[in-house]
Amino acid sequence: MMPELGKYALSVLSAYGATALILSALVIYVLRRSAVAKAALAAQESSEDG
Amino acid sequence: MMSLWEYANPVKFLRLSSKVMPWAWGVGVSCLVIGLVWGFFFTPDDYRMGSTVKIIYLHVPSALMAINAWFMMLVASLIWLIRRHHVSALAAKAAAPVGIAMTLIALITGAIWGQPMWGTWWVWDPRLTSFLILFLFYLGYLALWAGIGNPDTAADLTSILCIVGSVFAVLSRYAVNFWSQGLHQGASLSLDKEENVADVFYQPLLFSIAGFVLLFFALVLLGTRSEIQLRRARALSLRGHTK
Repeated sequence: MMPELGKYALSVLSAYGATALILSALVIYVLRRSAVAKAALAAQESSEDG
Repeated sequence: MMSLWEYANPVKFLRLSSKVMPWAWGVGVSCLVIGLVWGFFFTPDDYRMGSTVKIIYLHVPSALMAINAWFMMLVASLIWLIRRHHVSALAAKAAAPVGIAMTLIALITGAIWGQPMWGTWWVWDPRLTSFLILFLFYLGYLALWAGIGNPDTAADLTSILCIVGSVFAVLSRYAVNFWSQGLHQGASLSLDKEENVADVFYQPLLFSIAGFVLLFFALVLLGTRSEIQLRRARALSLRGHTK
């Protein structure tokens, strides 16, 4: 299944690996910030209600 | 008739974005997977570049988004400066981390491709240099947001920085046309069909580009929602302290 990458295998695989790493870090960062924002707003709204 | 400005209302923006976001995620991830799997597994090697041509499916879309993310930030910043809509300033702020990631991917994949093809990881070529400066502008933009306590002042100053940085975003896009020297080749994609890459690479590349665009859109929507929620939480907190 793996295509024959020849002498450039390391270059191609490291480009895909680096991209996967950066995109994963970005998605995790955005999702975590979203969770923090939701929690902060919920905490403030509950203290307003209380 | 609905006006675009209605979505400057945070409540309306949150309502609309909650409906649009799942579609953007779903279609974006699907396009990205199709484009990358097609490009990596089912396209032949290029007669000059060999298998390094497969890097095109990462490098071209990320470079495209690195520049266009800055232009999106520019438009949002201008809207903030002219019409003072907070959602637009927060959307620009939310786009910056995504733009940084895209610029970093473009720089790294370009260097990895350049080493075997040009014989060097880096060269002070007009396009590469302007791209590096754009990356530094992204870092400066986020540092400015983080360094200023008053959100409105931060939005004002980052908007001005965004306008200045747009010069380098334009240079990054057109540097190869302005200067004939430099190693970087011309655009891989163009409305002029003769300049495009061969169809066998072009079709999966289009899917990959669509995937990067929609992923950017979904991440910016989610990021903007988070910034709106944080702003609202901050406003409630300040109101609590002044009671």
